[in-house]
Amino acid sequence: MDLNMKVLVVDDFATMRRIVKNVLKQIGFTHIVEADDGTTALGVLKENRVDLIISDWNMPKMTGLDFLKTVRGDESTKDIPFVMVTAEAQKDNVLQAVQAGVSNYIVKPFTADTVKEKLAKVFDN
Amino acid sequence: MDVKLINPFIDATLNVLETMAYTKAEAGKPYLKNDRMARGDLTGVIGLIGEMSGTISVSFTEKSILAVVSNMFGEEMKEMNDDIKDAVGEIANMISGQARQKLEELGRSMKAAIPTVIVGKNHTISHMTRHPVVAIPFGTDNGDFTIEVCLEE
Repeated sequence: MDLNMKVLVVDDFATMRRIVKNVLKQIGFTHIVEADDGTTALGVLKENRVDLIISDWNMPKMTGLDFLKTVRGDESTKDIPFVMVTAEAQKDNVLQAVQAGVSNYIVKPFTADTVKEKLAKVFDN
Repeated sequence: MDVKLINPFIDATLNVLETMAYTKAEAGKPYLKNDRMARGDLTGVIGLIGEMSGTISVSFTEKSILAVVSNMFGEEMKEMNDDIKDAVGEIANMISGQARQKLEELGRSMKAAIPTVIVGKNHTISHMTRHPVVAIPFGTDNGDFTIEVCLEE
């Protein structure tokens, strides 16, 4: 896993973006950009070459699932690894995300070790 | 209300606080709440809908939430600000998610709305008033908080 890669963190709660960023920095990532919603995240993707997306699900203007579908539907972004980090842990949610092409799924609350393990699996595959 | 429906909220609360905030909380005895006064200074409220519907809330004293968020961020938070308010919403969100996962296993699937946070001493919390509100007090080394569950079966 290349720790120099650029990571986009998407969550409507600033608290969670801060926690995810702290965890990523603990792992060793240094290039992190953020967005507060799927819609603003699409704008960030237009302006930045991003190597990994970490996104929440429940967001007001565009959900993480819709954001994932949009990313997978665009030729320029379809292959970017996309990890959902969400409190939505019911089977139906996981299934929908897998069907939409999610790379991995992390349920909140999470530990730094869990995030590291799940990200490593994405890049090992 | 069936105790089986309350336990997922207790377990979720203990797990969220321990995992995200390195905080060991202790659940007190649940009781039926007969008034609308919040037990804390900030409250996150989430509406739930599905095979059951209702609301849950998590209400923190200022002292307890400052300690919890300090642990979540890894730096000391000394005063109330938007980050603290935001954190209450996210904590409520995580408790709701974990509890709903367990409730799905019991055959009660629900979706949740985005949390609302109410701030200020002596505020009130309005649940679905036709149904009993079960309050569960929790203690931590740095103060108390209260979960309230109001579900229509």
